[in-house]
Amino acid sequence: MSKEHVTLVVNGQTYKKDVDSRMLLSDFLRETLGLTGTHVGCEHGVCGSCTVLINGKSARTCLSFAVQCDGFEITTVEGLGTVNEMHPVQQAFWEKHGLQCGFCTPGMMIAAVDLLNENPNPDREDIVEAVSGNLCRCTGYQTIIESVERAAELMRNSERG
Amino acid sequence: MKPSSFDYICPETVDEALASLDRAGDEGKLLSGGQSLIPMMNLRMVQPEVLIDIGRLEELDFIRVEGEELVIGALTRHNTILHSPLVAEHCPLIAEGYQFVAHHAIRNRGTLGGSLCHHDPASEMPLVATLLDAVLVIRSVDGERRVAAVDFFVDIFETVLEPNEILTEIRFPRQFDGEGFAFDEVSQRKGDYAIVAVGCRFLVDKSICKNVRLGIVGVGAGIKRIVAAEQSLEGQPANEASFSKAIDVAVQHVQPDADIHADVPYKIELVEVLTGRVLSAAAKRAC
Repeated sequence: MSKEHVTLVVNGQTYKKDVDSRMLLSDFLRETLGLTGTHVGCEHGVCGSCTVLINGKSARTCLSFAVQCDGFEITTVEGLGTVNEMHPVQQAFWEKHGLQCGFCTPGMMIAAVDLLNENPNPDREDIVEAVSGNLCRCTGYQTIIESVERAAELMRNSERG
Repeated sequence: MKPSSFDYICPETVDEALASLDRAGDEGKLLSGGQSLIPMMNLRMVQPEVLIDIGRLEELDFIRVEGEELVIGALTRHNTILHSPLVAEHCPLIAEGYQFVAHHAIRNRGTLGGSLCHHDPASEMPLVATLLDAVLVIRSVDGERRVAAVDFFVDIFETVLEPNEILTEIRFPRQFDGEGFAFDEVSQRKGDYAIVAVGCRFLVDKSICKNVRLGIVGVGAGIKRIVAAEQSLEGQPANEASFSKAIDVAVQHVQPDADIHADVPYKIELVEVLTGRVLSAAAKRAC
């Protein structure tokens, strides 16, 4: 069946690969590139754990084929920050205990990044709306919402710098 | 890999897409945002042999005003429409309906045309397009035809589209100045498909309701506009007594089925409550 040649820029690095046309972007990231930070939960668009940024906008990788993203820029959780230099959203999730088992966390953080890119001063309602497409079975969401509030604060502070 | 294998075609123009679709015949399927099609492919409920990706056809991605119509390209993403000042100005019912459509990440990818052609029976935009008397522009290699929204939707997941046709644009007559309108729904969780959704619009002229449109989804396969309820309100004063009569008529004309989320009495109650809410909200807005 049909193989397609694709070029994707993932976390700033260019990858040229031949893929099956039916390969989902989630499988491409995890299996072809080994970027297992993007978690795969329901695989039909409900849970949100596989969310990444596609050309800067949050999207489900289980609802995109890799071939559809030829030439696109993808940001996964690995592209946000490192252990020594965390993204403000990662820092905030750490400080506010925004995770327990960690399965939903990459998707939650990407949803938060997308929100804060568009709206640096979200109110609680905006945050609830932004993470409403992502399921978490541990935290009860409260600490996640507090994490995003804290991330907004950290990002505002760093801008004032 | 979850979906079955397919040949992938990524046309650069609408004409190329039409030719590919025509060649593929019954084996072909269009892919736009993929937010409904790909889950169905992941579950192998749909197994197209040929997938034609129209996701890059920028000529179908636009919002503009042409005379008295707001025209939206079929490939325009939900979030683009939700946040469009042109939509808010000329057809605010669309923006109001979009408050209930899916979640942010889905709305970043999903398209208006895709949602209309997919025609999930509980989705919001087919109802909104029907209430606004939208006209759908459809193309094939044989030419173009225009179909009123009220005639476009046939049954669950079914429209009048032929296998070789593409919905290219949706033409919404601008809402009247000062008209009342409202949309409301109840769903399992915010962003889920509606259990019941209700929308309406009407003019209030010297306290009398005119040009009434009232529609409901989630209450029977083919049902959108509840014409009997519209007629009961047409020409009547915009007050609680008339609304209450229209609600009674609406309840008599819906045929909901029980499902895992709600039984029939509950859905009937939702019809009552939501119809009351949208009629009152619309009346408050009318001026």
